[in-house]
Amino acid sequence: MSVVAEEVMELDEDTQKDKYLTFFIGKEIYGIDIRLVTEIIGIQPITEIPEVPEYVKGIINLRGKIIPVMDVRLRFKKEFLAYNDRTCVIVIEAHEIALGLIVDGVAEVLRIGEENIVPPPEIRASQNKYIKAIGKAGNEVNLLLDCDKLLSDQDEAAIVDL
Amino acid sequence: MNKKGLDDAVDSMLEMFIFETNQNLEQLEQITIQSEKNGAFSGEEINDIFRIMHTIKGSSAMMEALEVTALAHAIEDIFFYVREKKPEKLDCSTLTDLVLNAADFIKTEIDKMEAGEKADAVAADLIEATRTFLLQLKQINGEQPDKITLPAKPKPIQEPIEEPPKKPTSYIELDEPVNVFQARITYKDNCEMENIRAYTLINNVKGIVGELHYLPDNILEDDESANIIRKDGFKVCFTTSKEYDEVSALLNRTIFLKELELEQLTDVTECSYWPKKEVLPKKVLPEKMIHKVEDREISHPSMISVNVTKLDILMDLVGELVISEAMVTENPDLQGLDLDNFYKAARQLKKISNELQDGVMSIRMVPLSGTFQKMNRIVRDMSKKLHKQAELVLVGEETEVDKNVIEHISDPLMHLIRNSLDHGIELPEERERLGKNPVGKITLEANNAGNEVIINIVDDGQGLNKEKILKKARENQLLYKNESDFTDKEIYSFIFAPGLSTNEKVTEFSGRGVGMDVVMKNINAVGGNIVVNSEPGKGSMITLKIPLTLAIITGMTIKVGHSRYTIPIMSIRESFKPSLDNILVDPNGNEMIMVRGKCYSIVRLHQIYKIAGAVTNFADGIMIMVETEKTTIGLFADQLIGQQQIVVKPIPAYIKNISKTQGITGCTLLGDGSISLILDAMGIVNRF
Repeated sequence: MSVVAEEVMELDEDTQKDKYLTFFIGKEIYGIDIRLVTEIIGIQPITEIPEVPEYVKGIINLRGKIIPVMDVRLRFKKEFLAYNDRTCVIVIEAHEIALGLIVDGVAEVLRIGEENIVPPPEIRASQNKYIKAIGKAGNEVNLLLDCDKLLSDQDEAAIVDL
Repeated sequence: MNKKGLDDAVDSMLEMFIFETNQNLEQLEQITIQSEKNGAFSGEEINDIFRIMHTIKGSSAMMEALEVTALAHAIEDIFFYVREKKPEKLDCSTLTDLVLNAADFIKTEIDKMEAGEKADAVAADLIEATRTFLLQLKQINGEQPDKITLPAKPKPIQEPIEEPPKKPTSYIELDEPVNVFQARITYKDNCEMENIRAYTLINNVKGIVGELHYLPDNILEDDESANIIRKDGFKVCFTTSKEYDEVSALLNRTIFLKELELEQLTDVTECSYWPKKEVLPKKVLPEKMIHKVEDREISHPSMISVNVTKLDILMDLVGELVISEAMVTENPDLQGLDLDNFYKAARQLKKISNELQDGVMSIRMVPLSGTFQKMNRIVRDMSKKLHKQAELVLVGEETEVDKNVIEHISDPLMHLIRNSLDHGIELPEERERLGKNPVGKITLEANNAGNEVIINIVDDGQGLNKEKILKKARENQLLYKNESDFTDKEIYSFIFAPGLSTNEKVTEFSGRGVGMDVVMKNINAVGGNIVVNSEPGKGSMITLKIPLTLAIITGMTIKVGHSRYTIPIMSIRESFKPSLDNILVDPNGNEMIMVRGKCYSIVRLHQIYKIAGAVTNFADGIMIMVETEKTTIGLFADQLIGQQQIVVKPIPAYIKNISKTQGITGCTLLGDGSISLILDAMGIVNRF
């Protein structure tokens, strides 16, 4: 019985492997590993929390679960854009931390094989610290996000504390 | 059955074993301490200890904790001897030590098993000490060891394992009229290893039976027997001096019992498998009774043990239910509508969900007695080592508190009792010189007061030494104002400061100054507080005020700008519209307010949390006076929204890691589904 369950699990993993959810920030398209994504919701009323970095917008109530939300735009030090109908919250779970990412809009789920993924140029490594790799799908080029870095950044110590 | 299923069965068995053994050990500790107090073991107590050791022996053998088995067996031997021979000279104190040490050893092993480790410590020393004690006991009472250990009757059955034949058998000699019982036991489906369980059962009844036979008779040698038991049940026939009810009660305690048929026979010849007798057809007496487990559950209050996480989930769900109920009944869409029937139904719903909430809360409520009883052991051990004499009086131990809270107050209580004994109670000679009873008295008292439990720890010792505490506080630079300005209570509360100990010499128990600050920390963590009172020479009294539960608190929701905050009602002293005449500003710009002749600092919430769009004019807002351990401050907010029961939820870990903000301890969902942050007055005070 358990063997079967494991196989199912593997299959499940397989169907999600190499798949990325893509979203917009301005003109750029970013990809995020689909295995980290729990769900996508529209923008919700946000409760502000005092004394947090500007990009942490606050917390939302997701069916009784309280989840912090981060404005990815502000996280990438871009200008704040008022939320509209297309604004989405991508709820991810990494390192047992649930987090909502506020993005301009969600595009699609793409399969990007390992052969189509290249590391970012090293010369400006410090500048694209959130980018794990560059993925090619058809004619488009996606920037694949490194969620660990997104969660930690200058708060490197904070993630170690966990 | 695949491997996983088997593992589950073993797991649940282990869980049951740990639970039962822990309970037995607790009971054992209580009985031994009680009997040591009385200076003698009563017949009943001896029987109880014997029974507990016997159960532990049996079940630990089943769980393959062999050292525990051996130790329990050694202790059992002593009590077997004591029970049978009633020796005149019995060193109660040493025996208590032996039993308690053994209990400690077993406890450690159980803890190891619980943590998934192997119970591998060696109990050889303890066993040796126990054996030596028994030997001495026998010698003192002038008997030859081999004489007494021999059973008077020939052994009815062959002991299959564990006990070499020369060891004393636990079968007792029957001097009262002999009753013959026949029982058929069936175990619950899927309980596994029926044969081993049957063996445990035999072990359990051994203490009361004279002669005993069972079918199938090869339960240990042949695993096939498990199948036979599964099919036909396990049949036992034995002679005993006990009455039907007692036997029935004992057998009903069997783990995984599904059904028990117990009948009294007039003679052993009626039993088909009684050896060396003519086989007679089974005859059933007219008063034959078949007891089903269902009957038993009606006659005794039945208990089940539930995993706490399941309760937590239930608790969370009920919390959600209460909130969503409010979301429905207070829905803005309903405003202005004439909905008599709707509100009638809504009131009914509210009533039921409140009852449900109370019901779930009461499941989590546990009496304090377990925690209180543990203190007996501490008082006993410490007074022995410190050469003091003290008795512990427990009052109101039936008071119930949320399980989470109990976990937090067990340690503080222990430290406080230790402290009372170490610093408070004087040596017996000293007490006699002072005209006090040489035996000190520590009272541990609990009672309910509204949504709080009040626990008093009262001792009749020397009381706290104000000068000494002040001196220490000065050395540790803890004085935050003029020495003469301190009230007695403030001085006494210094004993909870870290690193402060007035004891000249460090003892095993206290004097290092750790401990009391743990008390303060733990009690604060559950939202309680501590007050110390003391009278030199007469004793001291420490009062703990603890909320009944952590999960649900009554809070006052306030508004600041667009944000909403909730303040636990416990810390609010009063709230009012401030009048500008009472507000003062010092040259540094610090604002203060005069309330009935006293001056308090003002904290503007919108200022410390940088909330935009809030009321800044004092006359337009509201002042909420909140009380903390140290001081009282005035919080300035826009307006009060209302008082309500809230379910406390933790702040998400991500926010906690990223922000070092002080004064926000959690969050809660309001009736409209929005989130309110819970303010902690202590944290706000600590910002300054």
